[in-house]
Amino acid sequence: MISLNKCDPSFKYEVAAEPGGAGIKACFSCAACSARCPVAGHREQYDPRRIIRMTLLGQREEVLSSPLIWLCSACYSCQEVCPQQVRFTEVLNAIKNLASKAGYAPPSAKQISGLLANHGRLLAVTEFENDKRAALGLPPVQERGSDYTAILGITPEAKPAGEDA
Amino acid sequence: MRALIFLGCTVPVRNLNYELSARKVAEALGVEIQDMPDLGCCGYPLKSSDQDKALVIAARALAQAHKTGLPLVALCSACAGTLAEAEHQLAHNPELRDKINRELEPLGLEYQPGVKVRHFVRFLLEEVGLEAIRAKIVRKLEGFRFAPHYGCHYLKPSEITGGFDDPEDPQTLTRLIEVTGAESLNYASIKECCGGGVLGADEDLASLMAGKKLAELNEAGVDGLALICPFCNVMYEGQQKAIGKKLDIKLKVPVVYVTQLLGLALGMSPDEVGLKLNRVKPKKLLAAFKD
Repeated sequence: MISLNKCDPSFKYEVAAEPGGAGIKACFSCAACSARCPVAGHREQYDPRRIIRMTLLGQREEVLSSPLIWLCSACYSCQEVCPQQVRFTEVLNAIKNLASKAGYAPPSAKQISGLLANHGRLLAVTEFENDKRAALGLPPVQERGSDYTAILGITPEAKPAGEDA
Repeated sequence: MRALIFLGCTVPVRNLNYELSARKVAEALGVEIQDMPDLGCCGYPLKSSDQDKALVIAARALAQAHKTGLPLVALCSACAGTLAEAEHQLAHNPELRDKINRELEPLGLEYQPGVKVRHFVRFLLEEVGLEAIRAKIVRKLEGFRFAPHYGCHYLKPSEITGGFDDPEDPQTLTRLIEVTGAESLNYASIKECCGGGVLGADEDLASLMAGKKLAELNEAGVDGLALICPFCNVMYEGQQKAIGKKLDIKLKVPVVYVTQLLGLALGMSPDEVGLKLNRVKPKKLLAAFKD
């Protein structure tokens, strides 16, 4: 049972204020998103409409701490079939951004920042890779980690490890 | 005709067959490819945890591209989608543009609207055109059957990528496969997502998603699942063995890139399109096109 006294009615406004989050207020619960979702087809606990309802009701902590919000594959199918232009892929992205700020991001998110700050890319490029490229007549690829270090605001000392991803 | 290529993270390290065949196909079709000197991530992997930073990263690439005056083409569907979305957002929102430009200033860069961003395959279809490609085909891949995989970010969200192909009834890759003389299979799971986006969060789930298509094609029998995205390749080729084990099916679905098929039909040798680098061997193709 949901206790409305424990809900935070301002949560939906918080989500709507994030980039991509505004569409949530237009949802009329038709569940076209849930019907079309390829993730829901394999994981019945994952239900886009339910995530939207919980957010509109203000179940702030339940939504932000739920591991289910990280299961979206970002295929945008829900967005294509939504009659209300809710743009659920983007709404969920807004929710995940709030979850990250609240400390609920999965370890992989930190690892990604570390890789980008160190290499400017997810997969490091070493001499080994460039030798393979040269053998096929492909031009070398240079890493430019410094720009990413600056953008991410991570100082070299504080860079999380992540080279082995 | 010239285009600036955005290689992204995965292709230039893990999918040299894709890059090689794409470059050769471009050359054969009269498209001069120019490389970006400061190539990096498009920002996509950061979107779910920090979309503000992800947008700055995308804007960095767009600012670099703008200096060349060339259209930007990406081999990865996620890169193409992310960069096209960023261009769309920044071009239509001056306030956001100012905010992002304050972040780019220390890097000596400034975002300005006007970079046309597309997936490489879309660029070929829109700028070279199907008929011009057909005119250059010298070797028909007759007797072969391939299953096109459109993936997600090539055509969705249609708000950004609209006016090119219908994500609910896609045709463009089908037409490209047919132009090589091969048969393009229409199949039940044609629109399914590869699951690559959740591989980090839930490997079992990702395997089930990719496994659905692999199982169907394994049963149907194809000479290759034809891709245009390295993320999809991670799932369908890189993970195929593990998925087969999980589903307890002996999977043998060769995985190819559409650009490799085009290259062969344009007269290139298997080596020129990197066919020996494919890990699930496209045996029938290899046997038919010995060097």
